[in-house]
Amino acid sequence: MNAIGKKKAVPILSVRDLKVHFTLSGTGLFGKERKLKAVDGINFDLFPGETLGIVGESGCGKSTLGRAILQLIPPTDGQVIWLGRDIVGAPHSAMQPLRRDLQIIFQDPLASLNPRMTIGEIIAEPLVTHKADLGKEEIKARVKRMMARVGLLPQMINRYPHEFSGGQCQRIGIARAMILEPKLIICDEPVSALDVSIQAQIVNLLQELQREFDLSLIFISHDLSIVRHICHRILVLYLGNVMELADRDSIYAAPKHPYTKALISAVPIPDPEIERNKERIVLTGDLPSPTNPPSGCVFRTRCPFAKDVCATDIPTVDTINDHHQVACHFHERM
Amino acid sequence: MLEAAGTPQEIEGRSLWRDARIRLFRNKAAVGSMIILGIITLMAIFAPMLSPFEYDQIDWGYIQEGPNWENGHIFGTDGNGRDLFIRILYGARVSLAVGLLATSVSLVIGVTYGAVAGYFGGKIDTIMMRFVDVLYSLPFMFFVIMLMVVFGRNIFLIFIALGAVEWLTMARIVRGQTLSIRRREFIEAAHATGVSNFKIIFRHVIPNVLGPVIVYMTLTIPQVILTESFLSFLGLGVQEPLTSWGVLISEGAKVIEASTWMLIYPATFLALTLFCFNFIGDGLRDALDPKDR
Repeated sequence: MNAIGKKKAVPILSVRDLKVHFTLSGTGLFGKERKLKAVDGINFDLFPGETLGIVGESGCGKSTLGRAILQLIPPTDGQVIWLGRDIVGAPHSAMQPLRRDLQIIFQDPLASLNPRMTIGEIIAEPLVTHKADLGKEEIKARVKRMMARVGLLPQMINRYPHEFSGGQCQRIGIARAMILEPKLIICDEPVSALDVSIQAQIVNLLQELQREFDLSLIFISHDLSIVRHICHRILVLYLGNVMELADRDSIYAAPKHPYTKALISAVPIPDPEIERNKERIVLTGDLPSPTNPPSGCVFRTRCPFAKDVCATDIPTVDTINDHHQVACHFHERM
Repeated sequence: MLEAAGTPQEIEGRSLWRDARIRLFRNKAAVGSMIILGIITLMAIFAPMLSPFEYDQIDWGYIQEGPNWENGHIFGTDGNGRDLFIRILYGARVSLAVGLLATSVSLVIGVTYGAVAGYFGGKIDTIMMRFVDVLYSLPFMFFVIMLMVVFGRNIFLIFIALGAVEWLTMARIVRGQTLSIRRREFIEAAHATGVSNFKIIFRHVIPNVLGPVIVYMTLTIPQVILTESFLSFLGLGVQEPLTSWGVLISEGAKVIEASTWMLIYPATFLALTLFCFNFIGDGLRDALDPKDR
């Protein structure tokens, strides 16, 4: 699981200058239409078998980015290159066969399951959709095999989602995503709604499945401890912009962006001695409105190191070395 | 995690429908209503066997006579000497049939239309719902009278006219429900899997909006029965000698001072049926949506 070794491989997914802008109708009769820039020009590559973590606070565009990659939300601009092919704006018929390789796991485990269907029907739905030629018995056998694989008792196949706990529901969601053996799963905060003990089980299950099926994962989260545990590379988002993209060890050891520094310093350490003495960077203020982002660097309004240049010039994403990119005017001094 | 896979046989799950059924059968008012309604329906179906008289048979010896067990006219006779009991049962046939058929028509059209409008949203929704608004604004009585004038009095016209009006409300209810669930994550999951819109509507959307729909349906049936009674009362309903509860009540109302039984018996049947449907609707609402209690 050496992420650097993987870098030489061909990326399975490349996102180029991806933008998702929503148009908000103005207030009042003559209100001006406003643009909400949920995702504003994001670039990254994802390699086979790799886990990319996407972190950032609420409303920074993490989930929108995930859905835009799957074309669940149509991107405004940019490219999503899946296995060498740009899928932005692809017609429904062209997307259909690709969907079996692209799956998603949701944050709310119960809400992501249809309450009127048995879990057997829920898990079988991708099979029924993409492999219609399979017989009923074969579908049932595969569903049961997948249920056993994700740690559910196969005889529960006729039960309904409300009869399961949150962690079990998330296993059902994972089984549904895995049944077609996809190449990429986007995990949209898959463990945020679960208890800590269950979180670990689900994360470990995802890692096992990743090793077994050579899956690529995009792991969206705001929990930096879990991201550190599961991800090979980490992308830090702020107001729809990339702040920093680096290998896990590199970003945790030496974050180059003040925002990343602040995020990492906020992670609690389970040792009271260290926890008490560590340097904590507290950001003041709230996330600015994405309808009216700050000029220049979007982070400057809350940045403890902001200078005049930050208000005028948008920082470019600088490549420090093979596995570290950062968007800050002063990253050399960090 | 998997302890020897437990027993190999599959465990039956308890669906939300089954839970709702159990809750419904715990509701005494609803169960009682279902029994009474069942009895009325059976009486309507087996009407000819329950009385020695025909519904259009004139008994010249007993014109507008009160209830009398000895001559067999247990509910009395009407102004033409016809037995009121058998006429009420035949009226039940018409009233219940109108209620069920018109409601089914409104159910099929309204649910499909509302689900499609709510699911696709945007311009399609706007156009489809404005069309509903336009139909809503047509005066209903005017519409029915026009139909009657053009096509003549016909029981099927009543079904069509009532169904054509009732589906509008159904469509609005279903559209509203659909709007509230179409952004739910399980719909998004189906999208991500590549399930077609048609299948999403019928597999994921409609089963999840059926709760309020069923409740509204049980409240529509009495409404339709009432409307039919109202039309018959005005003389636009069924044709003589066939009758409905509305016609019987209308005739009874004219002679209320001389022969009260001609009003009281059909009115009791109508009121009882309406009460039953409303109690069942109430029970269903509690059963299907336990949070709203």
